[in-house]
Amino acid sequence: MAKSPLRERKVPKRDGEVLGFVHSTESFGAVDGPGIRFVAFMQGCNMRCQFCHNPDTWKKNVGTEMTSSELLEKALPFRQFWGEKGGVTLSGGEILLQIEFAIEFFTKCKKLGINTCLDTCGQPFTRRQPWFDKFQRLMDVTDILLVDIKHINSDEHRKLTGYRNENILDLCQYLSDIDKPVWIRHVLIPERTDFDNYLTELGAYIKTLKNVKKVEVLPYHTMGVHKYHEMGIKYKLEGIEPPTSERVANAEKLLHVEDYKGYLA
Amino acid sequence: MMKQMERETSQKAWDDFKGGQWQSEIDIRDFIQQNYHQYNGDESFLEGPTEDTSILNDKLTKIKLKERAAGGVLDADTKVVSTITSHGPGYLDKDREKIVGLQTDKPMKKSLMPFGGIRMAADALKSYGFEIDPETTHIFTDITKSHNQGVFDAYTPEIRRARHYKIVTGLPDAYGRGRLVGDFPRVALYGIDRLVQAKLDDLDNFGDHEMTDEVIQMREEISGQIRALNQMKEMAASYGFDISKPAENAQEAIQWLYFGYLAAIKQQNGAAMSIGRIDSFIDVYVERDLKRGILTEKQAQELIDQFTMKLRMVSFIRTPEYNSLFSGNPIWATLSLAGMGLDGEHHVTKTAYRFLNTLSNMGAAPEPNITLLWSDKLPETFKRYAASVSVESSTIQYENDDLMLKQWGTDYYAIACCVSAQPVANGIQYFGARANLAKTVLYAINGGKDEIGEAQVGPAYAPITSEYIDYDEFMEKFDAMLDWLADVYVNALNTIHYMHDKYYYETAQLALKDTRLDRTFATGISGLSVAADSISAIKYGHVKAIRDENGIAVDFKADNDFPKYGNNDERVDSIAVWLVKSLFTKMNKHHLYRGSKLSTSVLTITSNVVYGKNTGSTPDGRKKGEPFAPGANPAYGAEQNGALASLLSVAKIPYKYATDGISNTFAVTPTTLGHDPKLQEDTLVNMISGYMKNNGHHLNINVFKRDTLLDAQKHPEKYPTLTIRVSGYCVYFADLTKEQQDDVISRTFHETM
Repeated sequence: MAKSPLRERKVPKRDGEVLGFVHSTESFGAVDGPGIRFVAFMQGCNMRCQFCHNPDTWKKNVGTEMTSSELLEKALPFRQFWGEKGGVTLSGGEILLQIEFAIEFFTKCKKLGINTCLDTCGQPFTRRQPWFDKFQRLMDVTDILLVDIKHINSDEHRKLTGYRNENILDLCQYLSDIDKPVWIRHVLIPERTDFDNYLTELGAYIKTLKNVKKVEVLPYHTMGVHKYHEMGIKYKLEGIEPPTSERVANAEKLLHVEDYKGYLA
Repeated sequence: MMKQMERETSQKAWDDFKGGQWQSEIDIRDFIQQNYHQYNGDESFLEGPTEDTSILNDKLTKIKLKERAAGGVLDADTKVVSTITSHGPGYLDKDREKIVGLQTDKPMKKSLMPFGGIRMAADALKSYGFEIDPETTHIFTDITKSHNQGVFDAYTPEIRRARHYKIVTGLPDAYGRGRLVGDFPRVALYGIDRLVQAKLDDLDNFGDHEMTDEVIQMREEISGQIRALNQMKEMAASYGFDISKPAENAQEAIQWLYFGYLAAIKQQNGAAMSIGRIDSFIDVYVERDLKRGILTEKQAQELIDQFTMKLRMVSFIRTPEYNSLFSGNPIWATLSLAGMGLDGEHHVTKTAYRFLNTLSNMGAAPEPNITLLWSDKLPETFKRYAASVSVESSTIQYENDDLMLKQWGTDYYAIACCVSAQPVANGIQYFGARANLAKTVLYAINGGKDEIGEAQVGPAYAPITSEYIDYDEFMEKFDAMLDWLADVYVNALNTIHYMHDKYYYETAQLALKDTRLDRTFATGISGLSVAADSISAIKYGHVKAIRDENGIAVDFKADNDFPKYGNNDERVDSIAVWLVKSLFTKMNKHHLYRGSKLSTSVLTITSNVVYGKNTGSTPDGRKKGEPFAPGANPAYGAEQNGALASLLSVAKIPYKYATDGISNTFAVTPTTLGHDPKLQEDTLVNMISGYMKNNGHHLNINVFKRDTLLDAQKHPEKYPTLTIRVSGYCVYFADLTKEQQDDVISRTFHETM
């Protein structure tokens, strides 16, 4: 059955430019893609990951309203720190919820020869139109993606984030098909994702992709917990401690982290 | 006959060197230029320590730990006044030492140096449980006098008040001013006899039969320099070396050069006693020996290790007050590495690598204060290696070579203290500590009354009496107060340097420089971020003054948010720039001692804690007694836009005015830089590079976790050699006072989750 086209979302604009909702910016991102990067954390996410350390980015259509020109103006003073590999990263929240803004911003960046990186969890991904068309346009101006795979098992994925993972894996497949460089990231959480069978399965899955330049295991940490208390949201991982360094090393082995050296090139 | 022999020795010592102007003139720069060996490879050639080096290093570490356990000093001279020849030879372990020479006859035994101030020397001894010999006190009080006495004989009441209430602080009026880099390679390349001859020629040629004050002073000084040169020879002879002739191999070259430096530290306990820029010079000798097959790489590294060990051993006994300003007893044996030549060729040699390698061969240590002269054009391999050493040990500071080369017009300059550049052959600096701009803001509001002592210190201009501070009214008063500050500060420094020349002239260091000197008059600024944020608060924040019963504004409250320095926000960064330029311009109206040229700096060492302690609450919201940010750093917690925005703010302070340095201390956690060592190096290289491209001058880089420091504070025994960089130098964390440790820990750490 052919899927019906999605209803067009009304995109907010100012002076002909798409408006983005920005949670915050960071001038010194060194772990958000290659090199030193200017990172814009965009507001809004559908997923409710139990371990999310930025629940303050969940809400949509709030935060600082900015046009892509304004964001670019904020990023450009840092250009001399970017070297050969660095550039800008759009992160979130979930950036793909503001895909029109991302297209505009990255298009402007590419005109100036700036390296662009998209940090996504992939949840909004779909091959339905007109969304997929937009995504393809975005990929034309995106140099690299950081893709979080929260859980390889779809049922567990839903428990952990509120959503199943089929379309996220489909995104990974699509990116592999078009040979777009990606870094795969996986948060290691005791009692949630830190199981050898799941890690082995995830490791095998990543092996099927041909565009992976780096695989990162991110040990779960509790530094965002205070935000839950401040915001009055129940924290579902209460009592779970960060993984031991042995378990991190184990996960790195099972995900074959050592095999992915493309990022050093 | 004599001349003939001299030429033969020189010829032997100079065999296989490429000739040039350096043969007929004293000209180390030309020698280096003709002979240095660029190295473009990586660090894989480096060797580990020899057994002798490791044994010596262990021995030294044990002595240092024993010293720390004993409260700082194990042994000190109480009678013998230190001069170039005051002590017989001293050794750590004679049979194992490839480079010899100690300040006294025993390792780490402190020498007695009363010329700066007899009271300071006596107090320093007393604070460590020693009593100065009464005869020595008698000589320096009743028979002759010290620099300190001279200064106080001449100080005006106004200067004394400004000093007492600490609007000017840290002045070198009771200790050696330091900051003179001797051109120590001269001893090695020419031998003492040739240097004496050159000075005799200068003496002959100085003054055209008219004995003006200037001529008399210079002739007396040159004669003193010649005496110092001869004493160096005598000192070296006591160790069994004849340095009257040039060095003939690498070991001798390093030894000769070190004797020059040793003479300096036996004579002066200057606030900074830098070793200079000697890497490519030494490298020429090492390369020649390697080529001749008389030295192996292992032996070359041994020479560099053991020479560096000597620099790690330099120490002076100082009072607790001094130590609270400059914690951990730094002496700034600053070693400048790499950099570019005027011809656009880099000066990275294998010896620059060897010096960095001392940190892995002998562990991290505060001295020498390793300074990397950074240019974008340095080889990538070297930049990466330096970055890896930074990640590993946090002991390197980076300074912008492109900026300094342009400003000073020579590629033979070195860092003379913590961060100030100085032409080695013919430049000197009159060090002048710093003036407190944050306090000046308060004096402007309080009509020249000190907010803590409540005495009339500055001129009794009308204070601001309204509840809310009006920006225009404040600026008018601030401008007038800044004029006064410039007056009193320059007057104090003119007095100090007149007396220092008279009573504590540096004959050893100056014997190893050209006779005709370019002098800079080095002033300094503390509290820049506090002053800039305070003025921003008054301009944008609608600030209310809270006054005590005497009408002194002792606290402030800003109704609105205001821009803060450290966010790349032009509204306030421009205020910081204006402050530096404005004070500079006002000081520059004055007569400066001996035709020196005005310079200033924005660096505070660890004294940001003490300055803060002595300054009342300020309009930016900083409370009374809270530390200032170090150097040119933004205030704690002011940064809202990440590390690079902070770097960009600091980079705006114009080096053109602050040619003595704009110090920026940066702390970052390893994982913020990247998840593996290669990425961490990449990030550091790009970060430094970006800062320098934006005309940033100086960057201290610390890579560690806050938890490490907290643990080190609790369990110092677990981290005996944890070394960190503070404003302009390195220090063992364990040697900081509790307050300073807290300050370092509470400072902005750049960290991502």
